[in-house]
Amino acid sequence: MCLGVPARVLEKNGAAAVVELGGVRREISVMLLDDVSVGEWVIVHAGFAIEKLSEEEAEQTLSLFREIAAATDATETH
Amino acid sequence: MRLRHIDEYRDPATAKALVARIRKDAGDAPVRLMEVCGTHTVAIARTGIRPLLSGAVAMVSGPGCPVCVTPDGYIDAAIALGREKGALLASFGDMLRVPGKSSSLEKEKGRGLDVRVVYSPLDAVALAVASPEREVVFLGVGFETTAPAIGGAIRTAAARGVANFSVLSSVRTIPEAMGILASDPEVRIEGFLCPAHVSAIIGADAYRPVAERHRIPCVVAGFEPIDILLGISMLLRQKREGVARVENEYSRVATATGNRKAQDLIREVFVPCDTGWRGIGVIPGSGLRIAPAYAAFDAEGKFGVPVIFSPEKTACRCGDVLKGKILPHECPLFGKTCVPEEPYGPCMVSSEGTCAAYFKYGSG
Repeated sequence: MCLGVPARVLEKNGAAAVVELGGVRREISVMLLDDVSVGEWVIVHAGFAIEKLSEEEAEQTLSLFREIAAATDATETH
Repeated sequence: MRLRHIDEYRDPATAKALVARIRKDAGDAPVRLMEVCGTHTVAIARTGIRPLLSGAVAMVSGPGCPVCVTPDGYIDAAIALGREKGALLASFGDMLRVPGKSSSLEKEKGRGLDVRVVYSPLDAVALAVASPEREVVFLGVGFETTAPAIGGAIRTAAARGVANFSVLSSVRTIPEAMGILASDPEVRIEGFLCPAHVSAIIGADAYRPVAERHRIPCVVAGFEPIDILLGISMLLRQKREGVARVENEYSRVATATGNRKAQDLIREVFVPCDTGWRGIGVIPGSGLRIAPAYAAFDAEGKFGVPVIFSPEKTACRCGDVLKGKILPHECPLFGKTCVPEEPYGPCMVSSEGTCAAYFKYGSG
């Protein structure tokens, strides 16, 4: 029940925004965020953006994944 | 279609590398880790992580399924609001089949009770605006993830003067429940995989008392398979180093301090209270009831229909499952008189319930 879906903000009008959720446009509330801009990613839960998704942090996590995968490859070849 | 911010966290090669790392880091006896949140439970069951790690890690499911821990007295109160007060009930879909003392919302709907499934608490406010002649009661069930959405709907209704809207609140908070489990000698948890989206609201630092007081490692992890595997790996590394701290794998969404604006909204609309968890009992300070300033939107007070918590005496062992004391198949009812089509206990009702997940995907 705490599922939240990453969605990109397409339009913003005050506390309301339109996001793309799995190819479908949907209006959500952004009243829980201080500021959010068109083009940014948010996590949507029960019709509300509950937090922004930081692309910078996401990239750091993904590069850690790549390091782990590479380290295991190196171990396996020895 | 490739889904951004989802598919990157499902890469099989990274999963394989992490499973190898977890197996290498694990000791002789399986390490007992608890995934606190029901959304993690489903992800772990669906992706087959439990059998992948068997022998190295024993994943135990926790109490983080809001539907499962909502007392039967809550369902009884909701039905009474519909039957006796003529209210239109708006609910998340998961709640409909939860058994009350004698009936469920789904059964009552079949007998003519007006129950509508909504996606958002704001949809319930819209229903109230569209039906000014009816009283609309939203069944506000959830944890910290959902609390700001419920609070946001209450504040919206207050600002717009929607007087025929109210909420039957059943909001619970996770760290208090983790504290109870951490201090229960029968539970024996060696690490907590902490919920992704509860943490987005309350912040990873909220688990510091659990990590520091009970010396149990805590890692906030996302809900995708690689997130979960990395979270488990981080827990094992803490255990190996002999430390117990809070780490955050889900830093792309959850921060150390959480969403301050959402926390402010929760503090504005709700006040903490002691509350009963189905199968577990009353946990001090683990509930959120509607604050006096918003009493007009509190269905319990508005209609004089209180939610009564009384521990149940049944053969159903959901309580022990929710505390990680037993696995679902150790309950005498599991798969026999309690199946998803005809659930006996709440853990079999919700799609996020531990018993439902085990029944659907196997116990691993």
